[in-house]
Amino acid sequence: MGTSLPARRRLARRRLERTGDTLYRDALAAFGMSVAAALGIVAAESAKLAAPALRRFGIAFVGSTQWDPTADRFGALPFLAGTVLTSAEALALALPVGLGAAIFLSEMAPARLRAMVRFPIEMLAAIPSVIVGLWGLFVLAPIMRTRVEPLLARTGLPILSGTPVGVGLLAAGVVLAVMVLPTLTSLSLDVVGAVDRAQREGLYALGATRWEVIRRGVLPAAKSGLFGATVLALGRALGETMAVAMVVGNSPDMPHSLLATGGTLASVIANEFTEAVSDLHEAALAELGLVLLALTLLLSIGGRLLLRRSVR
Amino acid sequence: MTQSRWARRAATDAAMTWLCGLAVAVTLVPLVSLLWMVVARGASALSWSFLTSLPKPVGEVGGGVGNGIIGSALLLGLAATIGLPVGIGAGLFLAARGDGTAGRTVRFLAEILAGVPSVVAGLAVYALLVRPMHRFSALAGSLALAILMVPMLARGTEETVRMVPRDLFEASLGLGVAEWKSGLLIVARTAAGGITTAVCLALARAAGETAPLLFTALGNQFWNLRPDQPTASLPVLIFNYAVSPYPDWQKQAWGAALLLLVLVGVLNAAARLATRGRFAGGGR
Repeated sequence: MGTSLPARRRLARRRLERTGDTLYRDALAAFGMSVAAALGIVAAESAKLAAPALRRFGIAFVGSTQWDPTADRFGALPFLAGTVLTSAEALALALPVGLGAAIFLSEMAPARLRAMVRFPIEMLAAIPSVIVGLWGLFVLAPIMRTRVEPLLARTGLPILSGTPVGVGLLAAGVVLAVMVLPTLTSLSLDVVGAVDRAQREGLYALGATRWEVIRRGVLPAAKSGLFGATVLALGRALGETMAVAMVVGNSPDMPHSLLATGGTLASVIANEFTEAVSDLHEAALAELGLVLLALTLLLSIGGRLLLRRSVR
Repeated sequence: MTQSRWARRAATDAAMTWLCGLAVAVTLVPLVSLLWMVVARGASALSWSFLTSLPKPVGEVGGGVGNGIIGSALLLGLAATIGLPVGIGAGLFLAARGDGTAGRTVRFLAEILAGVPSVVAGLAVYALLVRPMHRFSALAGSLALAILMVPMLARGTEETVRMVPRDLFEASLGLGVAEWKSGLLIVARTAAGGITTAVCLALARAAGETAPLLFTALGNQFWNLRPDQPTASLPVLIFNYAVSPYPDWQKQAWGAALLLLVLVGVLNAAARLATRGRFAGGGR
């Protein structure tokens, strides 16, 4: 029972293609898995690098306020505080502006203006952070020194005391606000735009003004999505490195005022790592990286769960 | 009574409209200021020798960022070589089988990876490559950039591939075309525009990344095209020059910033052109 030559050739080709299919599927799965593996490698390698510091200081590292590389004393608290202060300031500045802009573009502006303004706002998100840092250092910091900080220092509040030097935690927070603003505006615009029309029309039918519709109808419905957007923006602010490293002033002291110079977890790694004076110094910087990784993982998981619940 | 209450409500409405409009203006102020400063100060630093020559030692005026331009191209090329197959492959995987447990897990982990601060990715690559090799290298820098590109690519690819009607894939299978051919030549090719968008956005992001390069690619005073050697790059040059105390270097930082901004702008424009506004704003 001999099959003809073309038929046999066809059969061989079919078999080859089946092998091709198996290969194709396996290759795609392997690429998928390597994404998962990449996350594992990042966590494991950072932990490996931090091992000497982890062994030496353990969890007390997070609570210690001393950072003195030449004396082998390392603690994360000044930078943890710097990170929290600058991020909180960034959100306090960016949240009202971003939300207001999103409301204006979604509820008040004509569709053409929305399209026109959305593009440049999203473009701001694409500008590399080192360029924002350059702008922060040479444009923003002098304005902070000569105009903003003397004014704030006059309030007499302890958190706003000190000599105006321009660079410092306050300037870092402003730069961070500029950097998270596009993310915040663009995500809020999506969330607010996704609110059901009926929610608005019901209130208009009751004779509400536009602002009352937004205040009582749109914002409550968008609440959890807006919260998620805020958490994502916070995650970006925490991990932002270069722009902060350029304007925060780099000092390892416990921050006592927003006008003082300081550092954040990310900025101190960028500024000190290549000039680490000892292996322990390097490991301590890596441990700061681990703390930062843990913080951002918590936030990005939390933020994503919230956004998913409200938008989808 | 009712009249004054109505007047108050109308006034609140008007005030809030003005405030929200003001918020839009405030959002645009830093953007305009930043673009203006980079263009104005950067343009005055540009010249032919700025683009083509090596940096001069401290104290000598002049010199350029030619090695940074070449270095950035080398880093991006290597990062694309590592990152594109993995990222696009992972995206195809997620689009084809992303609804199972394995797919959902991979998508979740990719989203988490996208949120990892780039400086931490740099630390990990330092531990993985630089320490064992006892050498900073372009390869290490590229790997760090690739790690940042992969989740963006995976997500962008998945989003566009999912827009291709499944009928197309099934019709191709029904005609007896092998699965891999249907997947690559029919589905992925139909989604090529969207995938190109994802690639351009990922490259734009990688082009501006600085923090992970500081302790992987490091920097180099000279020309370098070897993957196993330290390499200069535009973003690291901008950082080093900006924080230096020399006015001439600071001026060059603005020039390099203009170059980098143009590169990122071109990549973003290419991303938009590739899909011609069909699905704007992917990638993020």
